[in-house]
Amino acid sequence: MRSMIKTESLTKYYGKSRGILDVDLSIDEGDFFGFIGPNGAGKSTTIRILLGLISPTKGTAEICGRDVTKEKKAILADIGYMPSETMFYHNRKAGEIIKLSADLRKRDCASEAAALCERLALDPEKKISQLSLGNRKKVSIVCALQHKPKLCVLDEPTSGLDPLIQREFYKILEERNNAGATIFLSSHVLSEVQKHCRHVAVIREGKILASDGIENLGHAEAKRVTVKGMDTLPAMEHVRNVKEVDGGIRFLYSGRTSALLHALSQLPLTDIEITEPDLEEIFLHYYEKEEEKHDIIEA
Amino acid sequence: MILLRHELRQGRMPLLVWTAVISLMLGACVLIYPEMKGQISEINSMFSNMGSFSAAFGMDQVNFGEFTGYFGIECGNILGLGGAFFASLMGISALAKEEKGQTAEFLLTHPLSRRQVVLEKLAALFLQILILNIAAVGGSILCALIAGESPEGEIFALLFLAYFLLQLEIGAICFGISAFISKSGLGMGLGVAALFYFLNLIANLTEEARSLKYITPFGYTEGADIVKSTGIEIKYLAVGMVLLVAGVVCAFHRYGKKDMA
Repeated sequence: MRSMIKTESLTKYYGKSRGILDVDLSIDEGDFFGFIGPNGAGKSTTIRILLGLISPTKGTAEICGRDVTKEKKAILADIGYMPSETMFYHNRKAGEIIKLSADLRKRDCASEAAALCERLALDPEKKISQLSLGNRKKVSIVCALQHKPKLCVLDEPTSGLDPLIQREFYKILEERNNAGATIFLSSHVLSEVQKHCRHVAVIREGKILASDGIENLGHAEAKRVTVKGMDTLPAMEHVRNVKEVDGGIRFLYSGRTSALLHALSQLPLTDIEITEPDLEEIFLHYYEKEEEKHDIIEA
Repeated sequence: MILLRHELRQGRMPLLVWTAVISLMLGACVLIYPEMKGQISEINSMFSNMGSFSAAFGMDQVNFGEFTGYFGIECGNILGLGGAFFASLMGISALAKEEKGQTAEFLLTHPLSRRQVVLEKLAALFLQILILNIAAVGGSILCALIAGESPEGEIFALLFLAYFLLQLEIGAICFGISAFISKSGLGMGLGVAALFYFLNLIANLTEEARSLKYITPFGYTEGADIVKSTGIEIKYLAVGMVLLVAGVVCAFHRYGKKDMA
């Protein structure tokens, strides 16, 4: 399969402060790729290099086999980009911005734009200054998708969108992906990445910790459980990261839910909370792995 | 061309306001000339007897009894300074406003080269300055006819040409600065225009500071000199045009490899 995005040792320093360090990514044509990491991990820096907004300190990045620093114009013609912070010329109407975007691409996308506005429930007659964050995001989506790009680069696309629109948005992305487009999206919401992406890369403090198929990122399925009214946990399987918290215990559980509920029902609990683990906890797992590797090498 | 059109549209309001204010003030100055002419001997002696103050504004060298002399000085202050402020404000924000307004991520992720962005924004800036000047010239001529004065064509043309070039130069210098900043540089822009203006005043005051006229574009737009010699001082103009080109080159060079904030 042909590679759509390929970076080698991609590094960016802002002065002395770290942006990203030796990022190696390889994303195949037609993939649905998720890029996850906490805020400030380097997701946007990587994306901004790919789009030619900033230049790398070291390393190379290619899109469709073209160097991003040398063939920017040709590359950008094939990309639809949605920035994480969506700002437009606020004195203009949404429809005018969408038209401007198409004109800058020298394309007539009027019918596709109208269809997207309809599906996302966006009124193109409204002025940008009157739009909420979510509605500005919709303008951004239309601008990124109306020209049917080969590659969609979406930087935290769903933050600020309501659940119904999120669902419609992912439906559109699935359709585009099925039609052959490559989707590259960054997020810090694990569940949406898990649900839609086939491959995932995890970035933290500027470094790629893991890049693999979603099914191999097994620990993503873990639940975080907090129980109150007890201070020690009986022996249970699939439990890790056990921590004492105020009046109870918190741990990560990655086994079967029914087994968990059965075990918990035997305990004198006063309160219980089962949530998605935050990324910190998932990353911790990768850190542990890294350390283990080092230990082995040193031993 | 799309970006050029977009820029002109985005700058419509400031262009309209500055053009209206400058043209109206110019027109008003021309229209009150017949009134002034009646008291011309008093004005002439007053203006030429204020010592260094007269010298600073070049009023000691020009006869206010002639319409052209009067216009050269008044026009210099309104179109020269007003136009300089307009050009500096539009120039300094031309490139930087995309980063300040966080629209750079939108604009620069379209298939446009940075060079093309700079080129179209520069063209829009120069076009806006041209529009303002055409309106100002048209308004002045119209008002002169209404006031019953017939201005001397050649001197008039030279004055307007000099002011136009001054605005292009200041606009281009500020445009060059704009490529280096990512915040609002409006204060800096006004500062540049004001600094040039005051440098010329200082150059008029003392012989030792005369060489400052090479630096400031107000050196070659001195109304009094143009009226007196029916020409633009080429040595000052040449340096000015070098600065204009330097501003443009800086903009292309810097913006081409700038990391967008």
